[in-house]
Amino acid sequence: MAEKHVMQYKTVHFNLNGKDVERTVDVRASLTDLLRNDFRMTSVKKGCEVGECGACNVLIDGEAFNSCIYLAVWAEGKHIRTLEGLLGPNGELSDIQQAFVDEAAIQCGFCTPGFILTAVEILESGKEYTDEELRKLLSGHLCRCTGYQNILRAVKKTMYRRLGKEWTEPSSPS
Amino acid sequence: MYDMKALYEASSVADAVALRLAHPEAQIIAGGSDVLVQMRSGKRAGKELISIYGLDELRGISIDEQENIRIGSLNSFSHITRDPIIQKYINVLGQAVDQVGGPQIRNIGTIGGNTCNGVTSADSASTLHAWEAVIELTGPEGIRREPIRDFYIRAGQVDLRPGEIQTAILIPRASYENTYGHYIKYAMRSAMDIATLGTSVNVRLSPDKKTVERCRIAFGVAGPVPMRAPRAEAAANAQPVSPELAEAFSQTVLEDINPRDSWRASRAFRQHIAVESAKRAFVESVRLAGGEL
Repeated sequence: MAEKHVMQYKTVHFNLNGKDVERTVDVRASLTDLLRNDFRMTSVKKGCEVGECGACNVLIDGEAFNSCIYLAVWAEGKHIRTLEGLLGPNGELSDIQQAFVDEAAIQCGFCTPGFILTAVEILESGKEYTDEELRKLLSGHLCRCTGYQNILRAVKKTMYRRLGKEWTEPSSPS
Repeated sequence: MYDMKALYEASSVADAVALRLAHPEAQIIAGGSDVLVQMRSGKRAGKELISIYGLDELRGISIDEQENIRIGSLNSFSHITRDPIIQKYINVLGQAVDQVGGPQIRNIGTIGGNTCNGVTSADSASTLHAWEAVIELTGPEGIRREPIRDFYIRAGQVDLRPGEIQTAILIPRASYENTYGHYIKYAMRSAMDIATLGTSVNVRLSPDKKTVERCRIAFGVAGPVPMRAPRAEAAANAQPVSPELAEAFSQTVLEDINPRDSWRASRAFRQHIAVESAKRAFVESVRLAGGEL
């Protein structure tokens, strides 16, 4: 029914987790497609693919974006970070990842990379946020397992640690 | 992969205008948080896109020679909220766009896209109407400016002519000087939801803070396009600040608005929250302006 599609490609150059890279991409690709298919960044999950669930979240020039509604060609010249970029040289977990483990902020794990990258943006602002502010800042992610409380706790704990402050955990609700 | 026929990336505003003329059927894409979702859902499938997202000349917020606040059309919601000029002169706009979607949407969504989309529920739209924003459009014949109320033609349709792109939104000095406003978004949940009703009120008080010199109010979702409530404004203008005024002003809103029944809310409920939101936003605006109620 439709006329024959003419393939259209573009070469994009960007920095991925600290390394300069380039790829020739189909212009119809989303950034999720590019990161998963061309770079095997499988932490970038395909969830809703309409910008609602946050599972595909990555950091672009330090800000959180849902990569499913971001054209791959827009990556040109950008600094992009995925969860893989948080690991140490020997695969060590970063503080925020360890906090997610320690606080049982993970169950199935599908939402986790997206949440952690938003947490990185929050933590790198160097600000101290109230619980209400943190809830708003984390509100672009859906988690169907944890009920969010442990995620909030993991982010909050890491925020206080990075600010050099002690945070005493309130007794857990029964 | 998006079901896209072709992608044309504009390298400058002039190039965008040329691309618009060369590909009149193509859809403009700014941040894409509406366009790409509609493309995915099939509504805009198979279309050509003209991307203007790379045009950094359409970013940034400044005060121009005529002392207008000039908001480049590609400013993201989060950048508007954090901008010092916005915070100083029209903080309510920063607060309103801070209620769009969620954090990642506010990083990609642009104020130009929000207005060109032409939907009544856009969180920026009621505040821009209430502050009598001016839309700057650049086309083959150069730049033209038009009041935002004329820019909205009907639901989903704005006055974007062949070859044109929106390049800025301006707030005139006479509109923002000494003016304080408040926005209330009524929605079912606090994030990732569309407004059931959006209410934006602003006031300018007399020097002694006892009289309302000018009151303006605009709604989103009270009609097919964002709308002012002129009878309510007339009821408040030049009146002494008082709780009775807040009451009379908010009741008069019902003479202006024409909300519809939809699955989100009934007409009656929207009328109810319009009155209540108008009152609360008025009271808060007066408080911000230094008045006492």
